[in-house]
Amino acid sequence: MSTRVMPFRGSLTSREQVSVYEFSWPTIILIPLVAVLIQIFIPVKVRFLPIVDLPFMVTIFFATARRNPITGCLTGCVIGLMQDLFAGPSHPLGMYGIALTIIGYLASSLGVKIDVDNPGSRFLITFGFFGLHQGVYYGVAHGLLRQGLQWSWSHTAISALANAVIGIFVYKFLDRFKQR
Amino acid sequence: MDTFLGRYRNLIVLAAILFAQIIGLALQVRRPTDAGETRLIRLWAVSAVTPIESAVIHSQEWVGNLWTTYIYLHGVRRENRELRAEIGQMKIEEARLSEDARMARRIQSLLAFKEQYIDSTIAAQVIGTSGSEQSRVLYIDKGSNDGITTDMAVITPSGIVGKIAQVFPDSAQVLPINDQFSGVGAALKDSRLQGILKGAPNGATTLQYIMSDEKVVPGEEVVTSGGDRIFPKGLPVGKVVSSEPGKDLFLNIRVIPSARLDQLEEVLVVTKITEKMPDAKDLGPLRASDILAERLPTVPNKTEVDAAGNAKPGGAASSGTTPAGTGSATAAGTAAHPATPGTGTNKPGVGGTTILNKPAGAAAAPHASAPGATPEMNGTVKPKATTPANGRPAGTAVKPSSNNAAPAANMQPRESGAQDNGEASTPAKKQVKPAPESTPKAPSEQPPTPPTGAPPQP
Repeated sequence: MSTRVMPFRGSLTSREQVSVYEFSWPTIILIPLVAVLIQIFIPVKVRFLPIVDLPFMVTIFFATARRNPITGCLTGCVIGLMQDLFAGPSHPLGMYGIALTIIGYLASSLGVKIDVDNPGSRFLITFGFFGLHQGVYYGVAHGLLRQGLQWSWSHTAISALANAVIGIFVYKFLDRFKQR
Repeated sequence: MDTFLGRYRNLIVLAAILFAQIIGLALQVRRPTDAGETRLIRLWAVSAVTPIESAVIHSQEWVGNLWTTYIYLHGVRRENRELRAEIGQMKIEEARLSEDARMARRIQSLLAFKEQYIDSTIAAQVIGTSGSEQSRVLYIDKGSNDGITTDMAVITPSGIVGKIAQVFPDSAQVLPINDQFSGVGAALKDSRLQGILKGAPNGATTLQYIMSDEKVVPGEEVVTSGGDRIFPKGLPVGKVVSSEPGKDLFLNIRVIPSARLDQLEEVLVVTKITEKMPDAKDLGPLRASDILAERLPTVPNKTEVDAAGNAKPGGAASSGTTPAGTGSATAAGTAAHPATPGTGTNKPGVGGTTILNKPAGAAAAPHASAPGATPEMNGTVKPKATTPANGRPAGTAVKPSSNNAAPAANMQPRESGAQDNGEASTPAKKQVKPAPESTPKAPSEQPPTPPTGAPPQP
């Protein structure tokens, strides 16, 4: 509901105090839901959209804005499980859940340390975490489930770049829902 | 202890959440499930979301239709003209192809082929995707309430799409052929090499398990082989893009699907496939030109009469003498000459053989009993008869029945008709001379072996 100001805990990028944002309950529920729905149904008309991972961006946004690793974990877990629900019969529930749980935890932990409100850092965070997200997903699929996924560095890099660029605008839009 | 928990609280929570999910994952993977079983949480999620998105998609469709159907009509007249012209050309083509198809069905019936027919389909709208790159499943707006069940084939007019993976009350999940967990029995159309079409994580489709010593040319069409018991045989799958030796003994054949899997909006779900024997009787009514050709008195061409003046019975299956009654008249021929005496017993198999000989340019025996048949024809046929009443020996039963075998002349128009499929009226009108006597034909005049695979007549 309000903006709390955390005491300075050693930010690596700014000497300013790090702001912790909060969100209303409808926002917390509806934004991930809408993101998952868009991710599922818009590709019927816009075919390139699967390369853009909106639930992933929403996870990073909430995690970095609230800067609480536990809520970051839970947010990533819930959004990932929602994404898992629609991912096909050969896709066990929990693959995206595990990946986004880790992303949520790391993003919120990183949000405590650095200023994640400017576009440059958002670009880098999204780019780096997307690669990690894909790596975790691949590790779960390959290591735990023995699924024969193919890893492509070039495809992952292009996807990460696309998500990082689009993410800047998505985060800018989502900033409106922050409550000060 | 409190200090430890407080210090590592975040990590402990993370580990607990991950542990719970991994346990859940493991339970799912190890659980023996039936193919048709659906987890309740998935059912709830899809059922809750499907109506909303159905409404959104249909609204969008409605607005789009309003625009394209009523407002944006630029170029419609010109396009209409072009389409009409195209329809005209296609009608001509269709007439030719339908004759070929009929002929093929006759041959198939003789070979006792079982064909799979698509009996009924349901049109469905694609309303969703998996939303991820790792899975390419689609959601359609028809479900178990519409009669959809798992493992039904999903197709478009241009090619196959996939199969039904899961069914919900008002929607269903389609596993497309380019999904990495998909597999379709496929064959190369020309070389008939069979393999399995599999998807890849990047959405490419490859035809696998074709030995690397086979030659596969890019551009060759790939069709369903029917081996997976889901898709009927012969549906278009795609075209070969490239073929190169793989790591193992098999070729690495990339196939581009015929159906635009990334632009699907409407699909057809095949709800019923029946297997039945093709029936030559179901080939539709005989055309007027055929009947006319059979009724007109005709004489053979000079080429059809040997040196002794004996008529070759249509150039077909000369040696095939059948005893009277086992004769060769086709059902069609019989229908055309119901009142002709001594037409003989027209057995379906015999008739089929007669028809079978048509493509080889053989004379059609239905004219055996045509008006103008001369009594001299009796007994002039070769005694080297094939098995009487067999009806199956290739090129044998086309001989007219011996008691009133038709003049070869009568067969002549039919021969023309055989080449032209029903266009026999013209030659029939030309041939007005009395028919010469029919005698055994020279071996050199034997027709080629019919495509039944039966050995040629000696």
